[in-house]
Amino acid sequence: MMSSAAAAKRSVPIIAFWSVLVPLLNIAGHTAIFFLLRSSSLHPVLYAILAILWGVAGVYSIYWSFNLVIELYPDKWKRRIQPFLFIGPAIGLLGWLLLIPTVRTLVMSFQDASSSKFVGFANYAAVFTNRLLLTALRNNLLWVVFGATACIILGLLIAVLADRSSFERLAKTIIFMPMAISFVAAGVIWKFIYYYQPGEEQIGLLNAIVVWFGGEPQAWTSMMQPWNNLFLIVILVWMQTGFAMVILSAALKGVPEDILEAARMDGAGEIRVFFRIIIPYISTTLLSVTTTIIVFTLKIFDVVMVMTGGQYDTEVVATQFYRQFFMYQNFGYGSTLAIVLLIAVIPVIVFNLRQIRKQGEI
Amino acid sequence: MRRNSRRTGSKKLVNTILAIICLIWLVPTVGLLVSSFRPASDILKTGWWTVAPHRENITKDQIQLPKDTDLRQPIEVNGKTYTDAELRAGVKAPDGSTLIWENRRARLINVQKPGWTMNTRFTLDNYEGVLTGKTYVLKQPDGSERTEKGSNLSRAFLNTLVVSIPATVIPILIASFAAYAFAWLKFPLRKTLFVLVIMLLVVPLQVALIPVSKDFSALGLNGNFLGIWIAHAGFGLPLATYFMYSYISQLPKDLFESAYMDGATNFTIFTRLILPLAVPSIASISIFQFLWVWNDYLVSLIFLGGQEDVQVLSMRIANMVGSRGDAWHLLTAAAFVSMLMPLAVFFSLQRYFVRGLLGGSVKG
Repeated sequence: MMSSAAAAKRSVPIIAFWSVLVPLLNIAGHTAIFFLLRSSSLHPVLYAILAILWGVAGVYSIYWSFNLVIELYPDKWKRRIQPFLFIGPAIGLLGWLLLIPTVRTLVMSFQDASSSKFVGFANYAAVFTNRLLLTALRNNLLWVVFGATACIILGLLIAVLADRSSFERLAKTIIFMPMAISFVAAGVIWKFIYYYQPGEEQIGLLNAIVVWFGGEPQAWTSMMQPWNNLFLIVILVWMQTGFAMVILSAALKGVPEDILEAARMDGAGEIRVFFRIIIPYISTTLLSVTTTIIVFTLKIFDVVMVMTGGQYDTEVVATQFYRQFFMYQNFGYGSTLAIVLLIAVIPVIVFNLRQIRKQGEI
Repeated sequence: MRRNSRRTGSKKLVNTILAIICLIWLVPTVGLLVSSFRPASDILKTGWWTVAPHRENITKDQIQLPKDTDLRQPIEVNGKTYTDAELRAGVKAPDGSTLIWENRRARLINVQKPGWTMNTRFTLDNYEGVLTGKTYVLKQPDGSERTEKGSNLSRAFLNTLVVSIPATVIPILIASFAAYAFAWLKFPLRKTLFVLVIMLLVVPLQVALIPVSKDFSALGLNGNFLGIWIAHAGFGLPLATYFMYSYISQLPKDLFESAYMDGATNFTIFTRLILPLAVPSIASISIFQFLWVWNDYLVSLIFLGGQEDVQVLSMRIANMVGSRGDAWHLLTAAAFVSMLMPLAVFFSLQRYFVRGLLGGSVKG
């Protein structure tokens, strides 16, 4: 009570003074640190520590100092302004880095390569006729169809098996582990497995197995287009199955035991129980895992970049986006490909909104 | 009883199938790990699985021919003659052993007999090679030597830390503040703004990259750490906000009312009460965000660019794959260095990691 009474008494000039000074100090201080760090030639370790300290303490100090000023305001104003201090930085960042760029990208997708004049739907027409871009679209479809399906089926299979096995925890840890590592590292791992060298001696595991069975070694990721894409998709499956497994396993454990027992008593076999009772029971989870993996697969980029760089007809939309944007500086095609990805995820956005509305969170 | 025995039988089957699947899942990583400790010349000559006991031709003896032996003529060894081509591929001698050149120029022949063996030569040279910037000498499979410059990954490791820690703390702090306001403060447009956050959850990064990178180059933020912190903070915010919201909004209402009565301000309630209570949630989402940033390739590729002094691990390794695609001794060691942190986090904080991931499942 004391503090609010004191705040009410504070004179307008003092409040105004602090309201101007604190933002100015923040801007000046952080800009100064930024330029100092950028131009310094400190030892890397020292630089790292300073940078981390600044990055972490800096953000907190911004909230803290602005809040001090707001606390000076009369209660009525404080209550109005304070929420905007709390969400301000978040909304600002989201607006600057996601929302406004989405609109700008949409506009650019109707402009030419250097974003200087409007070309209508020409970029979209090009995306759906240009052979390279069409290949990217086709491959993305392959990724979604084969990759997502394999992840879900394998994830479900392993979840069911693990549930009935005697080493559930260990098995889950092993299957889940690839989830933690980067696609770049996974790319190296699998490039080594697919490695091909001429001659009898193969150091790549897959070719060694093929040779052992008397077959001919192959350059897996460049041969037999478009099926070489499947060898890249295997990497996604290796990494993402663990994700599907963990979530589906949690859902499986939620199926009430008495329903299952009742069905078995009625003479239903395990397979019938699985398809008629378990699957319908976990269908919501199944759907949300599927959409998550599809969204993830649509944006696939790192694997293709590391494994083939998009050669041998393995280009996908995200790598083609990178090529158009970064190498050819064609902002028109680049934006159009990004918008194609956005359109592909719109059903998922709607689905998410509905889910959350159902939970009563908005 | 019959039913029971059938159950144990099927349990054995389940265990076997699952064990096979687990083995398949494990083999790729094991292959990488084993290879990273093998000498460069061995990696290119024999598969990594030969470190396990296996049967192959083992050199039991060597025969030194006269230095002036003419290789274009039939070559006489132990009273029988062979051609140079035969000796190159390896040829059976009458006693069942195999004759093969060890060193053609020195006219040295190996006499090999099949037997059990293991390739157990291990080394730390590969790690020294990738971690330091020193030059070092490499023995090639044909016996010649080559000097190579190390790839100085320790600098990249440090850079990755410098990128990852603030890029985790900043968005989660900002998101927690926002989540608190969304959950417990009244302000105009609250619902609209929250719907916006949900919509942005699955928006592909690609739709933002071109305009943001234009802004960043105008502001001089491309190619330095501040830029990539801001980028990661923005891209990680929707999920972090949603994740923190779902926890903070579930807290009991009385908690806030009693704190208000005691004269606490929103700021102190948030920092003294909410943040400590939310530590498990913060841990989960932090691990998720940290690994996301640590493993990221696309965002660093676009915002950090080509300068070597700021590059992170994923970029350096991707570059190595492009430029030295068959230097497996370096690639395997480098990949494993980049996996150290994720694996350590995964094995020590698995519970939080899984929870963060389940929460992150809406993002995709």
